[in-house]
Amino acid sequence: MVRNFPPDFVVRVDKEACINCMRCIRECPFGVHEYDKEKKRWKRHHDKCVACLRCAYMCPTQAISIERSPMEYSPHPVWTNRVRKDIKTQAETGAVILTAMGNELPYMSYFDRLVLDACQVTNPSIDPLREPMELRTYIGRKPEKVEIEEEDSSIRLRTKLAPNLKLETPIMFAHMSYGSISIEAHLSMARAAKEVGTYMGTGEGGMHVELYPYADHIITQVASGRFAVHEEYLKRGAAIEIKIGQGAKPGIGGHLPGKKVTEEISRTRMIPEGSDAISPAPHHDIYSIEDLSRLIYALKEATRYKKPVFVKIAAVHNVAPIAVGIIRAGADAVVIDGFRAGTGAAPQVHRDHHGIPIEAAIASVDRRLREEGIRHWGSIIASGGIRSSADVAKAIALGADAVYIGTAALIALGCTVCKKCYTGKCAWGIATQDPELRKRLDPEEGARRAANLLRAWSHELKEILGALGLNSIESLRSNRDRLRGVGLSEPELRVLGVKPAGE
Amino acid sequence: MEIPLRKARVSREDEFVVIDAKGVHYRELNELINELVERGERKLRLLNVNGQRYIADGLRCSDCYIEIHGVAGDDLAAFANGPTIVVYGDVQDGAGNTMNAGRIIVHGNGTDIIGHSMRGGEIFVRGHVGYRVGIHMKEYREQVPVLVVGGTAGDFLGEYMAGGRIVILGLERLETYPEIAGEWLATGIHGGAIYLRDEVDEDKLGYGAKTERLSHSDRRFLSEAVGKFCSCFSLNAEEVLNAEFTKVVPKSHRPFAEMYSDSKEG
Ligand code: SF4
Ligand code: SF4
Repeated sequence: MVRNFPPDFVVRVDKEACINCMRCIRECPFGVHEYDKEKKRWKRHHDKCVACLRCAYMCPTQAISIERSPMEYSPHPVWTNRVRKDIKTQAETGAVILTAMGNELPYMSYFDRLVLDACQVTNPSIDPLREPMELRTYIGRKPEKVEIEEEDSSIRLRTKLAPNLKLETPIMFAHMSYGSISIEAHLSMARAAKEVGTYMGTGEGGMHVELYPYADHIITQVASGRFAVHEEYLKRGAAIEIKIGQGAKPGIGGHLPGKKVTEEISRTRMIPEGSDAISPAPHHDIYSIEDLSRLIYALKEATRYKKPVFVKIAAVHNVAPIAVGIIRAGADAVVIDGFRAGTGAAPQVHRDHHGIPIEAAIASVDRRLREEGIRHWGSIIASGGIRSSADVAKAIALGADAVYIGTAALIALGCTVCKKCYTGKCAWGIATQDPELRKRLDPEEGARRAANLLRAWSHELKEILGALGLNSIESLRSNRDRLRGVGLSEPELRVLGVKPAGE
Repeated sequence: MEIPLRKARVSREDEFVVIDAKGVHYRELNELINELVERGERKLRLLNVNGQRYIADGLRCSDCYIEIHGVAGDDLAAFANGPTIVVYGDVQDGAGNTMNAGRIIVHGNGTDIIGHSMRGGEIFVRGHVGYRVGIHMKEYREQVPVLVVGGTAGDFLGEYMAGGRIVILGLERLETYPEIAGEWLATGIHGGAIYLRDEVDEDKLGYGAKTERLSHSDRRFLSEAVGKFCSCFSLNAEEVLNAEFTKVVPKSHRPFAEMYSDSKEG
């Protein structure tokens, strides 16, 4: 049968500019560029191009441009090109379609329908250059009350505080496992986190020895596969996160194919080389909130109550009661991962169709915890599709304490969101274990860029606070009165807890 | 040595520090164990244990010996790294959960998820065990965990097993369910092996599992593991080994290899 499958992109090369240096062949990990030495002719396999743009930016004469393929199926509003391509792929392979990065369907963004307030006349705004502006955030359980003891002239805190993470800015690097991304990417984020005074997550692939110097800025993860979970690993990190679910694939497990379990990955995950690393959908020791509580306390016992324990879930329909259960089960923070969250590999059907927007999830979890009078028992960390300081500010105004950024951090490291992470061939040295490709990311440069992103966003956050007339990020938390909705329906406004613009 | 005196009654008997756990909250009991180990104590005897959870969790100590008299609560020795624990009584859910190294010897029965995700060490349970035992057991280099059960096991034994060895001897049977192991045996297994001292119907096996004939090295392993087990409980190893065993192994180490495709690579 004829394979009538038009390519997504076409590679255009300016023949006059091309000097036949062959660089594009070496740069493209997907095998698009080919040169027949005998016939002295170029061949471009357009159908393999993923528009990572690596070749275009490495070509010394800038001869290459990558364009969207003009060849498409006859337009149809329902049977879109993508729908037709998916059906043909599955007809050919009989398999589940795998993809990467976040949800690609054009769902509306609530962040883009929320606007922030600003001070005018009656309450003056604050200039962050003139006055101190506090972004410091503590993640973890807060005491019911604070008791102070005065002895002679010194003051002492009598209340025993639960362990908290101290963040200089309410932005952390999300959990992305070593295995799905390279050690260079991990190192970049670890260094940036330490430098800026925040944290990064290991993901479920363990902590590579090269990260040990940054361990006090690293949150370890305990996922259903329990890879690398080991007494020393738990004691080494700054906090522990139990991953129940993730926004890109709620309700399903995952697996790292055996061919990606290299010697180093095997050492870090503590599994045999070359075998599939399977994370079952649920933790098989957790079938209830009571079971979850047991694991939370088992981890606290194993680390002698020195580390906060977080629990991460995907934002799903009943997220509020689930999050309340998690906090009541003893978690020091609940991490909610919205349906736009990125991933290194997920079945397309799950990535695009499960879960709810993070904005709605933050608002309902925060409200429910307040209604039950236990908001101070644990922090809310939001993640999944946070793209800018404005998103951070809006997430916090909706009720989050802090956010995790994953995709945004990778973009800072050079990712172009080509969505091919699961192939392990990342052209920018991020989602790969290939020693040659990995050289493309210099961890020092990566650290500088990742730290810059945090600094830039932090600076903007201070400016936003200033415009709102606030001098600390705490005063913005759950301060939904400083948000207004634009073009949102009544039920949506009710869920978000914000008024319509003009009211 | 000074022993911190709190609610728990602590005394010394020969080289053992004896803790009376009656009415003591698990948090205090476990902190006491940690402190004693930190002060160099290596032999502890816990009396009147009545379901206290998390005993010896995350304990790193390869020469520690902890005797438990009574019923050890959930997650005994979870994440533990090295200690030997002998329980004169039953253990509850999750004994040896994600354990890295050490030994747990149980003279009574065990409930669910015993040895869940364990990566190293040994667990010997003289009696029966419950559901989901040995789920996602794994191995890593020279660390090959071994779980031996004298009685029978419930459903989902060795599900998602990625490594290690489970031996179910079936020396005693339940009246209500006389089979050596329950349904969904070894579903999703992709590493390691399960040995059952009985015949096993193929239709009991879960997705991805198959039976295999025992090799010489299997016999060698069995005589070593069963030998150790029997010496813990004063059983005659020769008699126990003189029986047919069924070995359950994965069909593939990459069970999901063909499941995915890429719309680009088609
Ligand atoms: S896949 Fe990337 S490197 Fe290869 S041709 Fe396309 S843009 Fe260039
Ligand atoms: S990490 Fe690499 S492979 Fe993944 S989307 Fe970004 S550029 Fe593409």
